[in-house]
Amino acid sequence: MADVKKIATREGYGQALVELGQAHENIVVLDADLAGATKTGTFKKAFPDRHLNFGIAEGNMMSAAAGLAATGMVPFASSFAMFATGRAFEQIRNSIAYPRLNVKVCASHGGISVGEDGASHQCCEDYALMRSLPGMVVMSPADNVECIAMVKAAYEYVGPVYIRTGRSAVPVFHGEDFKFQIGKGEVVREGSDIAIIANGLMVYEAMKAGEALAEQGINALIVNMATIKPLDEELVLEAARKCGKVITCEEHSVIGGLGEAVCSLLSEKLPTPVKRIGMNDEFGRSGPAAELLQHYGLCAENIVKVTKDFLGK
Amino acid sequence: MTELEKKELQIMACKVRMGIIDSTNAAKCGHPGGSLSAAEMFTYLYQKELNVDPANPQWADRDRFVLSKGHTAPGLYAALAHRGFFPVEDLLTLRKIDSYLQGHPNMTMVPGVDMSTGSLGQGISCAVGMALGLRFQGKNARVYSLLGDGEIQEGQVWEACMSASHYGLDNLCIIIDNNGLQIDGNIRDVMSPYPIADKLIAFGFHTIAIDGHDFDQIEAAFAEAKTVKGKPTAIVMNTVKGKGVSFMENNAGWHGKATNPAEYEIASAELKAALAELEGM
Repeated sequence: MADVKKIATREGYGQALVELGQAHENIVVLDADLAGATKTGTFKKAFPDRHLNFGIAEGNMMSAAAGLAATGMVPFASSFAMFATGRAFEQIRNSIAYPRLNVKVCASHGGISVGEDGASHQCCEDYALMRSLPGMVVMSPADNVECIAMVKAAYEYVGPVYIRTGRSAVPVFHGEDFKFQIGKGEVVREGSDIAIIANGLMVYEAMKAGEALAEQGINALIVNMATIKPLDEELVLEAARKCGKVITCEEHSVIGGLGEAVCSLLSEKLPTPVKRIGMNDEFGRSGPAAELLQHYGLCAENIVKVTKDFLGK
Repeated sequence: MTELEKKELQIMACKVRMGIIDSTNAAKCGHPGGSLSAAEMFTYLYQKELNVDPANPQWADRDRFVLSKGHTAPGLYAALAHRGFFPVEDLLTLRKIDSYLQGHPNMTMVPGVDMSTGSLGQGISCAVGMALGLRFQGKNARVYSLLGDGEIQEGQVWEACMSASHYGLDNLCIIIDNNGLQIDGNIRDVMSPYPIADKLIAFGFHTIAIDGHDFDQIEAAFAEAKTVKGKPTAIVMNTVKGKGVSFMENNAGWHGKATNPAEYEIASAELKAALAELEGM
């Protein structure tokens, strides 16, 4: 594939916040001593009075975000995925999701591509945790353009939302005219031999795999499933019906994330063989992001291999 | 306040206590002990202190109250009902499957409830967020939050205190119900949070100690809180858990259980006698 520019999705988060901040006075951004890393620092520079640092106290930040939302503000609460959804899980459940308050939990540093910080910071459980909460929208963008559109859509949506962004720079493949809709998947490649449903940085890996497979006569249908919940059931069923076999790809545990959401749907409505690519119930380790993604099979080469094995080719 | 006003408040506190006993008795479960210890506080908040409108519970400029010790919902519900947010008879539906009066407060179901609470330590953080939100919007409304003395064992409470002080939230007033008991016994024995006032002072609060069953002291504390600028206020109120029902007073066993029929008769008779005495005075 042609060389494309690479930007981390967390950059898009910071940019979208500034654009939203210019348009809407009710936006307030919360962070827990990670404003530089989550990119809310970009918003802080533009609107210092509307950026609230809560220090290293994620639980308090999430409940305070709920209180802000209860007065009509639209808080975007940020931390790393591990601490936002792990440390503060119960605050998100009881202070935000249960009263269905209009809080946007936007976490960076999701998945294994956190890299050298190692397993303590590589959150591969956030989709599972957030998906389990009634009424929570769960999303992750595939590139910077999608991230900006997604954050803006999250503002327009009334209710609790979780967005995961990544630390590492990833290829930007969406054009500036890209339109995003919560709950709608995007077909990024047409095909009928195998359906590959991916999200986050695995979408571009799937697209690379799609090209390699095409050279070998296998035409993959590739879907960017940026919204994990509510799942675009119609598109999953259509893809399964068309291809007969499905592979899911995510930078997340195979337990509780996109793969399991797809399996749950298909097993009830259209039993279809599925292979899940993700973290196989194990913790990560330190290392450069690119090497880790290779090591754990979260890459185009492995998608090609799994596809060929699956199709018996 | 005049003696007449005080007596009216005492009568109302007695009715709130009746609501607590009647509702938990009807539910056959619930938390009477910590509801009774805060009966005067619930009464004063909803009869005198809070600028709220029962006809318009979502009024944007209203004062907010967050019951951080959410398990004492029976006390809050009784005070809300007597302030006119919903019928007093509905208190008897507490915890029933078709009732809007959930075991712990739910802001999406109960008129007048400003925040869903129940998981200890979270309500005070929500109150901090509300105080920030009201300040952002230039509103003069104030935020009040009632915490248990056992609840302050939660680390989140101190995260919240740190942030309330850091952001200079003088529109926030927290109240600690220091009845000295939690489920497993005396708070000193379980995990001592003492000295409470000293800790709050160290966290940057203007701190006022009162007798939580004395309306004059409650009134004076809230008046003082409104004069404090640049920092939040904490009222530490000394109370008796189970206050007003002889066999419940200072007994941790009544933290989270309701009366049986015989106990209910005694409790109800005591409260009726107390009410008759106040009304006859």
